[in-house]
Amino acid sequence: MDFLNALVALSNFVLVPAIAYGSQLALGALGVTLIYGILRFSNFAHGDTMAFGAMIAVLVTWGLQAAGVSFGPLPTALLALPFAILGCIVLVLVTDRLVYRFYREQKAKPVILVIVSMGVMFIMNGIVRFIIGPDDQRFSDGARFIVSARDFKAMTGLREGLAIKTSQGITVVVAVVAVVLLFWFLNKTRTGKSMRAYSDNEDLALLSGINPERVVMITWIIVAALATTAGVLYGLDKSFKPFVYFQLLLPIFASAIVGGLGNPLGAIAGGFIIAFSEVTITYAWKKVLTYLAPESLEPSGLVQFLSTDYKFAVSFAILLIVLLFKPTGLFKGKAV
Amino acid sequence: MTEPVKNTLLFVAVASLILLSGFTQSWNSAILILNMGLISAIMAIGVNLQWGFAGLFNVGVMGFVALGGLAVVLVSTPPTPGAWVAGGYGVILSLVLGAATVVAAVVTARKLPKGRVQTLTIVAILIVGFFIYRAVFDPNVAAIEAIDPAVAGNIGGLNLPVLIAWPAGGLLAAGAAWLIGKTALGLRSDYLAIATLGIAEIVIAVMKNEDWLARGVKNVYGIPRPAPVVGYEVELQADPGFIARAEWLGLDPVTASTLSVKLGYSLLFTIVLLVLLWMAQMALKSPWGRMMRAIRDNEVAAEAMGKDVTRRHLQIFVLGSAICGIAGAMMTTLDGQLTPGTYNPLRFTFLVWVMVIVGGSGNNFGAVLGAFLIWFLWVQVEPIGLWLMNLITSGMPEGSALKAHLIESAAHMRLFTMGLILLIVLRFSPRGLIPEK
Repeated sequence: MDFLNALVALSNFVLVPAIAYGSQLALGALGVTLIYGILRFSNFAHGDTMAFGAMIAVLVTWGLQAAGVSFGPLPTALLALPFAILGCIVLVLVTDRLVYRFYREQKAKPVILVIVSMGVMFIMNGIVRFIIGPDDQRFSDGARFIVSARDFKAMTGLREGLAIKTSQGITVVVAVVAVVLLFWFLNKTRTGKSMRAYSDNEDLALLSGINPERVVMITWIIVAALATTAGVLYGLDKSFKPFVYFQLLLPIFASAIVGGLGNPLGAIAGGFIIAFSEVTITYAWKKVLTYLAPESLEPSGLVQFLSTDYKFAVSFAILLIVLLFKPTGLFKGKAV
Repeated sequence: MTEPVKNTLLFVAVASLILLSGFTQSWNSAILILNMGLISAIMAIGVNLQWGFAGLFNVGVMGFVALGGLAVVLVSTPPTPGAWVAGGYGVILSLVLGAATVVAAVVTARKLPKGRVQTLTIVAILIVGFFIYRAVFDPNVAAIEAIDPAVAGNIGGLNLPVLIAWPAGGLLAAGAAWLIGKTALGLRSDYLAIATLGIAEIVIAVMKNEDWLARGVKNVYGIPRPAPVVGYEVELQADPGFIARAEWLGLDPVTASTLSVKLGYSLLFTIVLLVLLWMAQMALKSPWGRMMRAIRDNEVAAEAMGKDVTRRHLQIFVLGSAICGIAGAMMTTLDGQLTPGTYNPLRFTFLVWVMVIVGGSGNNFGAVLGAFLIWFLWVQVEPIGLWLMNLITSGMPEGSALKAHLIESAAHMRLFTMGLILLIVLRFSPRGLIPEK
């Protein structure tokens, strides 16, 4: 019984949140890694692209709520997601046309593009703050829990409850759907194959008659869709605050690099590695250990390795360790 | 127009912008812009050293600036009575133990042959070391934080003059930079960027959470001033000689005293800026500077000529970060308080980058000019934006929601404007206002 209780407590506080957070990071890291693979630079504006997409979702959700539209037990934001993706696609395509294309034609060094993306980051951040303000915005509605802690206790008779929030369930389902679609697209369709060819060897792809501008456009569209989805899911799970998305940049980059920049499979693995380590290292293990250890060995402290404020430090430490021992990431990425 | 004339005109233009805000707004705010401009110029010199001379992409400026601020607290504030006895030595001991653990792990990694035994030993050392470290660290920290938590709860400083804290800030930042550089400089440019971005966040997280060090988010107030130069308003207002001089200038003593204090800072900062600028110019012109630029332009060729690229990179990374640390210490002194909650990467890292790029990367004078110009705009865009919004919305009906929203949002024009300036400069004048020679 104690073992079951420990398992449930572990799932409730570590596994479920880490899986949801990992899915969000994976979606974000996929966007970063695709940009890196096709456009060959680290996009510092990615966090703010996520914020922009999520912002449109928030606005459309409010509009739908005001019009009395709802999605039953599911959050209305899911209905708003397609609109948000469209809006975000328009934003990134306009940005690419106005800003990045010039440097692509010049064949500028990647580091120049990184600095350019810094400028884009400022502008997107400004736009988001201008439209919706810098404060917390709540936009989740519908049922709060799939399984609430109290129901779970009543159902199983265990002392520990397991709560699964609707947002966590949706995150995982949506992330799986998005990833399946992405891999189907990359591996089975002609356009997806041309994208991979372009990423592997630009010159060879050009010789085979692949239109680079089309590849870049499709990449941006996919990235906008992924970024918006990640942004909305994160916003539903926690809350929407522009600055938080900027701060997500670090774990997202860590995920992408740990997995191997330019490698989509690596980005997903990296997202989960970072999420699980962040959650396990900043979780206070006392509860789980109390169930497992015999009474005489019960821990006196919280058994928390690091306080939650150091979660950046965790993703960063993993990033450094991987870079030092395996510079191209766990799954072989590119090293330009 | 010859180049020196053009550059002088650019500096005169920025100076007159600041003077203009003195005439139209208030001298108080004009001197504040000047002071922060001077500090920003020093940060820009540091970043220019790394990026302009050596092509190192450091986006962790905020971390070094914050470390400089931390040094001010650790050097110049009075020590908390009893804190050292209660837990100070214990904390130092635990930090030494922690460092010893890391060193032991590194030594094991070097000495033992690769394989499972090596990995397991390292993991075991790290885990055991971590628990010993926490066992010593936690009770001592609790003891320090228990001392008078409302006003202290930290170990305090060494009670030395605040001017000594400025080079100390540089040293602290340099030490951190050395550690980072040792691990991250061998990596590619964008990896270095991510690594420095992460370090900066960690430095801020440590400063926010380690209350025993500098009170965390409870902030440290009342940092002593470099009093002989700057003075205190209250003392000046009580000084009959000062009142007479103020009257002669036609100012009331209160205004005159605040202006005098701020000008005192301006004087100090100008001296530091001039010294650092001179040093940076000398470095740029020296064989060392030429070598750096050669490495930047073609690493492979420089390496073939026998230059130790990684070592040179480490050197300039440490130097540039130290300059950022000095600027950070100066800023905390100017503020008179350390508030870790206010450090924001957009303001302290990316804005400095905008300064360097707009001014002209690779040119010290360019970086300084860019710093003054961008800082001026950063301060002034908000009122200008508000004015613009009032103009745009003047036709709208009174009390409309859109009008209220637009006027309220004018404050966020800043970031947008900075991004726009950066992109425009990068597109149309990528070498900046004063390009590298």
